[in-house]
Amino acid sequence: MIKKGLQALGEYLILMGRTFQRPERMRMFFKKYYQELMNLGINSVGIVLLISLFIGAVICIQIKLNIQSIWMPAWTSGYTTREIMLLEFSSAIMCLILAGKVGSNIASEIGTMRITQQIDALEIMGVNSASHIILPKIAALVSFIPVLVTFSVAAGIVGAYCTAWLAHIITPTDLTLGLQHSFTPWYFWMGVIKSLFFAFIIASVSSYYGYNVKGGSIEVGKASTSAVVSCSVLILFSDIFLTQLLST
Amino acid sequence: MIRVENINKSFDGRRVLSDISVEFGNGQTNLIIGQSGSGKTVLMNCIVGLLQPESGHIFYDGRDITVMTKRERSLLRREIGMLFQGGALFDSMTVLENVMFPLDMFSSMGYKERRHRAQWCLDRVNMLEGAGKLPNELSGGMQKRTAIARAIAMEPRYLFCDEPNSGLDPKTSLVIDGLISEITHENDITTVVNTHDMNSVMGIGENILFIDNGHKAWQGGKGDVLSSANKQLNDFIFAAKRIKDLHTPSLLRGLPLT
Repeated sequence: MIKKGLQALGEYLILMGRTFQRPERMRMFFKKYYQELMNLGINSVGIVLLISLFIGAVICIQIKLNIQSIWMPAWTSGYTTREIMLLEFSSAIMCLILAGKVGSNIASEIGTMRITQQIDALEIMGVNSASHIILPKIAALVSFIPVLVTFSVAAGIVGAYCTAWLAHIITPTDLTLGLQHSFTPWYFWMGVIKSLFFAFIIASVSSYYGYNVKGGSIEVGKASTSAVVSCSVLILFSDIFLTQLLST
Repeated sequence: MIRVENINKSFDGRRVLSDISVEFGNGQTNLIIGQSGSGKTVLMNCIVGLLQPESGHIFYDGRDITVMTKRERSLLRREIGMLFQGGALFDSMTVLENVMFPLDMFSSMGYKERRHRAQWCLDRVNMLEGAGKLPNELSGGMQKRTAIARAIAMEPRYLFCDEPNSGLDPKTSLVIDGLISEITHENDITTVVNTHDMNSVMGIGENILFIDNGHKAWQGGKGDVLSSANKQLNDFIFAAKRIKDLHTPSLLRGLPLT
C-alpha cells in the first residue's frame, strides 16, 4: 500500500512537472482558460450561493435556539454565524462541495478524453497534453475561487438576515451588531488563502485521476469517484495544517 | 522513409513484439496486417513514439526517434499526421475547429489563412458541408473523414492510420481507403496503415508487412499476397473464405460440435 501510494505521488509530481510548462501558444491557453473559467467557475456560482444562503440561515437559527441564553449577549448568533462562515464554511466546506461537483467533472472529462484517444491525438500532434488540458483548469479554478469564497460569505450573511427578516428569530439590529462585533479582516483573507490551496488540490488531483485512466467507461466512473474521495481527504488534512499555520 | 530496426516490446513479462525490422517507403501506402492481438497497434504506437520499445531503433529519414529528447520528438511529431481507430476528434469543438486545431497550435498563418487551409482540407475529404457540426452529430465515416482532414492539415511527411475501416460498412471503407491512397500519392508522403481488412490489403497495399504473434512473418506487395506459400499468411487471408464455407451444409456435417 505504501509502495502504491509513493508510486501515485511520483506519477502526480511528474504530471505536475509536465503541466507547469510554458504553453505552446498563449492565445490557445487563454482561450482554454476562458472556457474553463466559465465551466468550472461561473457554473459553480449558483450552487455556492444556494448552499451558503441556507447554511448561513441554519447556523443563525441553531445558535439562537441552542446556545444563546439570557446570560449571553444578544449579538452572539450574528457573531458566531460570521465567524463560522469566514473561518471554515466558505473556504473548507465550500471546497468540499466543489470537490464533488468540479472534481468529478474534471476527472470524467479528462478520463473520457484518455479512453477516446483524444489525449494520444494531442501527443501525436506534438502538443504537451498535460499542459494544454490541465493548466487552464488549475489556473481557472485557483483564480476564480476567491470570488466564490466572497460570494459564499455574502450569501451566508444574507441567509442569516433572512432568518431575521422572514422568520423573526433574531432582530436585524442584534444580527448586525453581532456581524460587526470584533471583526478581524485577516479571517476573511485566511479563508481566501486556504481556498487557493484547496482549489489547487481539486483541479490537480482530479486531473491526475482522469489523465491516468486505463480501460473504458467503468474506469472513468471509478476515477471520478476516487478523485472526489481523494480531494475531500486532502482538503480536510490540509485544512488542519493551513488553519494552524495561518492562525499563529 | 521510415526504417524500423530490431524492435522488441513486452508488457508484464509477455513479449508482444519480437525483433521486428521493416522499411516503409515514401509515396506508397504501407500496410501492417495481422490478427487481432498480433501486435500491430503496439508496433504502430512504438513507431509514432506513444510507446517506448525496449530495444531497437526507428529512423524517420535518418532521425532516430528512440534516442530523441522530448523537444526533438515534439518537433518531429509536427511532421506526423495520425488517424486513430475511433477518430479521436475533440468533442467540444466543431468539425472546422478540429481541423484548424493543429494550425492554431503550430502554424504562423493568420486566422483567415488557417480557416482557408482547414476548409480546403475538409473539401478534400468531402466534408465541407459538415464544417459547423459537432463530432457527436457525425456518422462513423464522416468522423473518419474529418480525422483525415485534421491529419493532413499541417501537410505531414508521415501519415499513420490505425484501423481506418473499423466499424465502417464496405462502401464507406472503400471511400476511406481511396482517400488515404490518393493523399499519399498526391503529397508523396510515407503512409502506414494498420488493418485486418482484406479489401484494404488488396486495394491499397503497395508494401505489406504481416505480423503473427509479434513476429514479422511475411513482407511483400498486394500482388504477392495470394500466391504466397507462407502458412500463417494463408491462414489469415483465407480465414474469411473458410468461415463462409462453414455455411455450406456438406462441410458442416463433417465438423465436430465443439
